[in-house]
Amino acid sequence: MSRKKLSRREFVAATALSSAALITAPYVRGAYAAGKLSMGFWDHWVPGANSASTELVNEWAAKEKVEVQLDYITSQGNKNIVTIAAEAQAKSGHDIFQMPTWWPQANAELLEPVNDIMDPLIKLNGEVNGTVKYLGQADGKWLGVPASVGSQIKGPCSRIDLMKKYANIDVQEMYPAGSPPKADNWTLDTFLKAAEACHKAGFPFGIGLGETSDSVDTAGAIFQSFGAQLVDAKGNLTVKTDAVRQSLDYYKKLLAFLPPDVSAWDDASNNKWLVAGKGAMIMNPPSAWAVAKRDAPQVAEQCWTHGFPAGPKGRFAPYLPFFWSIWSFSKNKEAAKSLLSFLSQPASIEKMVVASGGYDLPAYEKLTTLKVWEEIGPPKGTLYHYPNPYKHQTLSIAASPAPPKVAQQIYFQATLTKMCLRYHQGEAMEKTLAWAEGECEGFMRS
Amino acid sequence: MVDVAFQPNRTAAAQSGRRRVGLRNALRRKSMSAFLMTLPLILLIAILVIYPAIYSLHLATLNKAMTKFVGFGNFEFLFKRETFWLVVKQSCIFAISAVIFKALIGFIVAHFVHNVPANKQRKWRGMLLVPWVIPPAMSTLAWLWLFDPSYSAFNYTLSFFGIGPIPWTGDAMWARFSVILVNVWYGAPFFMIMYLAALKSVPEQLYEAAAIDGANWWQRIWYVTLPMMRNIIAITTLFSLIVTFANFDIVRILTAGGPLDHTHIFATWAFRVGIEGSDIPLGASVSLFMVPILAIAAIFILRDITKRGNEA
Repeated sequence: MSRKKLSRREFVAATALSSAALITAPYVRGAYAAGKLSMGFWDHWVPGANSASTELVNEWAAKEKVEVQLDYITSQGNKNIVTIAAEAQAKSGHDIFQMPTWWPQANAELLEPVNDIMDPLIKLNGEVNGTVKYLGQADGKWLGVPASVGSQIKGPCSRIDLMKKYANIDVQEMYPAGSPPKADNWTLDTFLKAAEACHKAGFPFGIGLGETSDSVDTAGAIFQSFGAQLVDAKGNLTVKTDAVRQSLDYYKKLLAFLPPDVSAWDDASNNKWLVAGKGAMIMNPPSAWAVAKRDAPQVAEQCWTHGFPAGPKGRFAPYLPFFWSIWSFSKNKEAAKSLLSFLSQPASIEKMVVASGGYDLPAYEKLTTLKVWEEIGPPKGTLYHYPNPYKHQTLSIAASPAPPKVAQQIYFQATLTKMCLRYHQGEAMEKTLAWAEGECEGFMRS
Repeated sequence: MVDVAFQPNRTAAAQSGRRRVGLRNALRRKSMSAFLMTLPLILLIAILVIYPAIYSLHLATLNKAMTKFVGFGNFEFLFKRETFWLVVKQSCIFAISAVIFKALIGFIVAHFVHNVPANKQRKWRGMLLVPWVIPPAMSTLAWLWLFDPSYSAFNYTLSFFGIGPIPWTGDAMWARFSVILVNVWYGAPFFMIMYLAALKSVPEQLYEAAAIDGANWWQRIWYVTLPMMRNIIAITTLFSLIVTFANFDIVRILTAGGPLDHTHIFATWAFRVGIEGSDIPLGASVSLFMVPILAIAAIFILRDITKRGNEA
């Protein structure tokens, strides 16, 4: 078989011809012409809720010709925050990560600003609440887009029958479905009396005083209702104030009417308390009610989610938002922004809220009156006031308004609940305050 | 024993082939083969242990924002924290008491199993090893339900005897007791199996000689069994001390460090500070604080073993 040798001149000519052909050939858009995008989304508690996100992402990917990889990462065992820490250290990983509450601020230097999509989204969907700004903005830079998925208010979920029978409070009348709350008398004093009455009747309120999120969130809202802050917005220590003393005194009274083991409660304890029919109220998003719907329907049909009692300085409810943030090391930031913008359109948000059975809360004010909260039951309207449709309570997070990196420490070290427990166990007020002041001083290291 | 056969006929004329022969000889050496066979493991350890260890040392020398070198600044900060010293104290209480109880229970149970007829021993060994082979995260979840503050199965049972309810995880002392109990339950089978192996290696003649000398049961244990098991006891204790000091899952699942931080140990507090509190350098410093404590324990125990080895 003869073999023709390619001369240097022929090789150069062939190369030039092929290069010219490649350059002048018409551009053919491939199936994934706009590159790849990977996402680490929070794995939803509610069965089936992930499917709405998946469908939306796939719909967007097909339209934009982007190859997507979607991972759902559970918060069980803090797997999501461990993954965030690992990706932040490695500066490699997903393009978009769904971060809970404090993590955008904790990783602020590693996140892509998203002001260019947040401004139009706010124009479209309405203003976001103060807690979203507090957790999602640093020096005017948006660190992520507020995600409706996973965002929640941990307000009271009361038993209609038990509250009526033992505390003489009609929670449906106070928070009627379809109309504004008539809750002027729903104050911390009324709450305390109701707690005492239900305790006497053998159905104590299930409010934890452990070191996990649910316990800390309730304590945070009550402290804020008294105007109590351990560290103010400027980073000054404000532990030894009358407001903090009043909060501790209030908690001491309240603890007398709670189950004796609340210091050992975790985030599952209050859910179990409600589902088992042992208490007249817990502070939780509707996940406990959703479990009751499945496991104890007779309990679920007596549940009513409503607003927090008001204190001397206002009515505060614990609000925990999630954010979709883009890592600065992402290789496809434009596609990531396009996806986040798509996921934040009203139709997308509504689809995700419906899939979660009303658990997820959009951060935008125009989206707090979706039909799902009006219609879902039993009883019908049980979640109507869950998204704070009349803005009659301030949505806040425990340890705010301290600078977020200090507040995160106060929150996760459960300083508030530890203070309440120490004081309740007989420690002198000033000693408790001195201990808390020492802790907060330590949290301020930079 | 020599590894290489002596070759008296080698001459300088073989210079050209020396390199190839040298390589062949090197490969023929037992030590070289052993090294090559363990190389994958050495590499694995280097990647999974040495690199993270060095990286955590590096992290421990950074400030909270991880932007500047602070030397021992994080340790200086820790030494001034009340909670840190509480964690040090608790880690010592947790590890030392758990290891003592594991060793005692392991020793006693190993004797029981040793005295079971040989044909039934396998069944007992298998059953007694069950706590050790279940992943601790899973078994601790079962314990969590047994200790549940509101629905504790233990309290339910105790209520029939008019006892309780006991705040298993709600009271500082009981919570400490609970985490130590679970650790002992989980770790005692390891001691049992190690001690059983050691017991089986004690020559029967020693017991016979002791019996002829009129030694009673206690004297046989004290003068024969224990001296023959000393090295195993020391190694097992050291190994268990390291693992128990570094424990995470039992405390994390059962109490998460509460109530009032009274069950936190190094690993759980490092996680709280480093991961949940986003202060990774401080978390790394907390976890590294275990190293000198364990290193001192290791030096003393291993020195004792070497000394006895030399005496023997």
